[in-house]
Amino acid sequence: MGLVLKVSPDKSSSSVYTIEQIRSVVAEAHSESPRLLHVLHALQQRFLHISHEAVRVVAAQLDLPVSQVEAVVEFYSFFHKTPRGRYDILFSNCTSCGDPELMRRLCQILDVIPGSTRADGLVSIGETSCIGMCDHGAALLVNGMPIVRLDAAMIDRIAAMVEAGTPLADWPAGWFQVDGNIRSKGLLLGDVLAAGDGLRAMLSRGATDTLNEIIQSGLRGRGGAGFSTGMKWKFCRDAQGDAHYVVCNADEGEPGTFKDRVLLHSHAGSVFEGMTACAFVIGARNGFLYLRGEYRYLLPQLQTVLAHRRELGLLGDNILGQPGFDFDIEIVTGAGAYICGEESALIESLEGKRGIPRVRPPFPVTHGYLGQPTVVNNAETFAAAAHIMQHGSAWFRTTGTEKSAGSKILSISGDCASPGIYEYPFGVTIQQIIEDCGAQDVQAVQIGGPAGTLISSTGFNRKLGFEDLSTGGSFMVFGQKRDILAVIRNFAHFFAHESCGFCTPCRVGTALLKNGLDKIAGGHGTQYDLDEMQRIGMLVKRRSHCGLGQTAANPILDGLQRFPHVFEQRLVHRDFVPYFDLDAALEKARQITHRDDAAAHLK
Amino acid sequence: MSAEAKQNTITIDGQEILFRQGQTIMDAALAAGVYIPHLCHKPGLAPHGSCKLCTVNIQDRNVSSSPSDRRVQTKFFVDIDSRSVSACTMPAVAGQHISNNTPELNEVRKTITQMLFIEGNHLCPSCEKTGDCTLQAVAYHLGMLDGHFPQFFPRREVDASHSSVMLDRDRCILCELCVRASREVDGKNVFAIAGRGINAHLIVNSPSGKLADSGLETGDMAAHICPVGAILIKEHGYEVPIGRRTFDLHQVGEIGLEKVILAKTRHTDE
Repeated sequence: MGLVLKVSPDKSSSSVYTIEQIRSVVAEAHSESPRLLHVLHALQQRFLHISHEAVRVVAAQLDLPVSQVEAVVEFYSFFHKTPRGRYDILFSNCTSCGDPELMRRLCQILDVIPGSTRADGLVSIGETSCIGMCDHGAALLVNGMPIVRLDAAMIDRIAAMVEAGTPLADWPAGWFQVDGNIRSKGLLLGDVLAAGDGLRAMLSRGATDTLNEIIQSGLRGRGGAGFSTGMKWKFCRDAQGDAHYVVCNADEGEPGTFKDRVLLHSHAGSVFEGMTACAFVIGARNGFLYLRGEYRYLLPQLQTVLAHRRELGLLGDNILGQPGFDFDIEIVTGAGAYICGEESALIESLEGKRGIPRVRPPFPVTHGYLGQPTVVNNAETFAAAAHIMQHGSAWFRTTGTEKSAGSKILSISGDCASPGIYEYPFGVTIQQIIEDCGAQDVQAVQIGGPAGTLISSTGFNRKLGFEDLSTGGSFMVFGQKRDILAVIRNFAHFFAHESCGFCTPCRVGTALLKNGLDKIAGGHGTQYDLDEMQRIGMLVKRRSHCGLGQTAANPILDGLQRFPHVFEQRLVHRDFVPYFDLDAALEKARQITHRDDAAAHLK
Repeated sequence: MSAEAKQNTITIDGQEILFRQGQTIMDAALAAGVYIPHLCHKPGLAPHGSCKLCTVNIQDRNVSSSPSDRRVQTKFFVDIDSRSVSACTMPAVAGQHISNNTPELNEVRKTITQMLFIEGNHLCPSCEKTGDCTLQAVAYHLGMLDGHFPQFFPRREVDASHSSVMLDRDRCILCELCVRASREVDGKNVFAIAGRGINAHLIVNSPSGKLADSGLETGDMAAHICPVGAILIKEHGYEVPIGRRTFDLHQVGEIGLEKVILAKTRHTDE
């Protein structure tokens, strides 16, 4: 037990590190970047947690209220107040890149309770929301690095390497190999854009004509909401402010989405080129790429691309020799919060706060980062803008439909033969996509992720586009063998976990929906509970503060409408069954006593 | 009404109400003596829009409801050609047609109030705030008879460290009135919200995280503004007997009650 003191996750553990050590890590991280998220990440990585002492040191160093630092530490999933293991393993719990069985297996072998750190401090194992590896089978993050294509044999080997203390650098490199899996190329992925070509075309056109070109192209936001990109740029350009900002939203947290992962890996130049073009149009000198924490492993590569572009004169002062065209891009990495994909929450996060969506109006185009006019666009939107610079709006409009110009890059996963990246012209039918990805006996498709639309086979003739089925890129296929209720329950858990907690309907409503689905899936639900799901679902949808709450009930409402049988076949045909389940209430006692035999159950 | 006046008019439940540029729907309504239920709003503090009790519908023909909105109409909702906004944060715009005091909206508000009750630990009969509690008063106003949903029974910390102010998080409804009052009026920034989702909770901005180490004083607005019994002044319990408390003497829907509520310990009202 003597060893326990060194790493035990109790209150005394922070005293293991001297205040000087903490100060030195904070000072070094702060000199690299003034961002609170960066400094906290450095502390988490070095000390495996962020102690109360560390919070105070950070607050003093960054001149922030202690409460703000504390609030941020508690908000983001990747920061912890008690120590994680030296191997911190997070299994994706997404329906496409998660496998709870494999997590249970690893927990069993290593004797770890899910969600906690082993007493010797060697390893912690938990769940995390989709990590964007849905085309690679089951996946996990170990100390932030993704391991993909997991199976039981790999889990056994991982357990052995953890026990042996093998450094990650000595784990098989193939485990960390993330592929592009680009299955079909279209307008954007099939087009080669040499660095700077789009910007040169833009400069010869001038800012006003460039803006008109973007407006005429009909380009709409690729995050799913579909606001006109050109109009957004115009509103921002016209807005008065001390400074204007460009923000690229690369926080693709929607389960089943991984197209930004591939865009940033293989086409980062186009994304940065689009951001730079936007900066020229709106008059911005500073831009940010907000990268989701799950993609931190892409950071070195992205920094290389940025450095290369600076060398080429595509970033920095007087870009391409144009006097006064000064712009540079900083990458800010998130720390595990789906809500930061919402543009105003993302801005709050950039400012070093909890990711709470702002009241709108005013919108970011007039009051964004630091209260200044800000364009926030999806990574794919910026990439499309770069190609439009080069080829013009007419080229872009040749593809797609009248209301949805151009193409959409889809991340296809789930029960299909060839998961991966597919680029389609807007207007393509769901049936066509299903056939192309090699899916058979399809029961349902979730379009746009949990926040999107769940359709059954009667909807397969529907079309992809803002006028019918809109998507940020997620396309999840569910075969006949899938338990759709389990899928919907998974999504309900996801939203309850990711709700920021700001407004009552979403904070409490998503928890109630989660509990209700657990009851129904557990075989204790009645018709009354179904009616309650419907009623709460509609309230959460209509009365919530932001897009998260307004879409959180979609899987349940869609499920009740299109797959009522999956609910009804689990119902108890009585008027009422209470939530309280005596046997379930004994679970904690069973855990404490390490018993799970028949006598420890009441059933 | 002249055409010029129409340009500065909104309609709430059929009643035309004048507004000044820059006012929210809530500002205009309260100025005209129209009550829109609210908990996180207090005139003079920055609007917040988190409790969602002031949710109203705006008839807006430009916003067509999507097919997914229409499909579940049969059972519960009928008001499909309107959009839902928070009255406390939405700017008043000429010509808005707003539904407020309707059975449908009050039912929604009752459900939201029930949500606030069951996510915390609200034991009215043993709470010193009973009768002065706006949450309780709103619940009565909306005809709420029970919590309806299963209780969450969260574990929340009490902070009794301060010599004269008590913080009982069991009753906190995360309205952030204390956060804003401390920041905007007291100039102290004593409170903040930490955590996420259902685990969001009130924290104190002090080195130890305890109220005793903060700059909070009994003269601060933040010490008195709590609409529930989460922040209470010590040694002044039950000075006003039950039966003579704010909502024993007033309806929550009366306009301009803020002064009465804030002056509670001195209760000049009798």
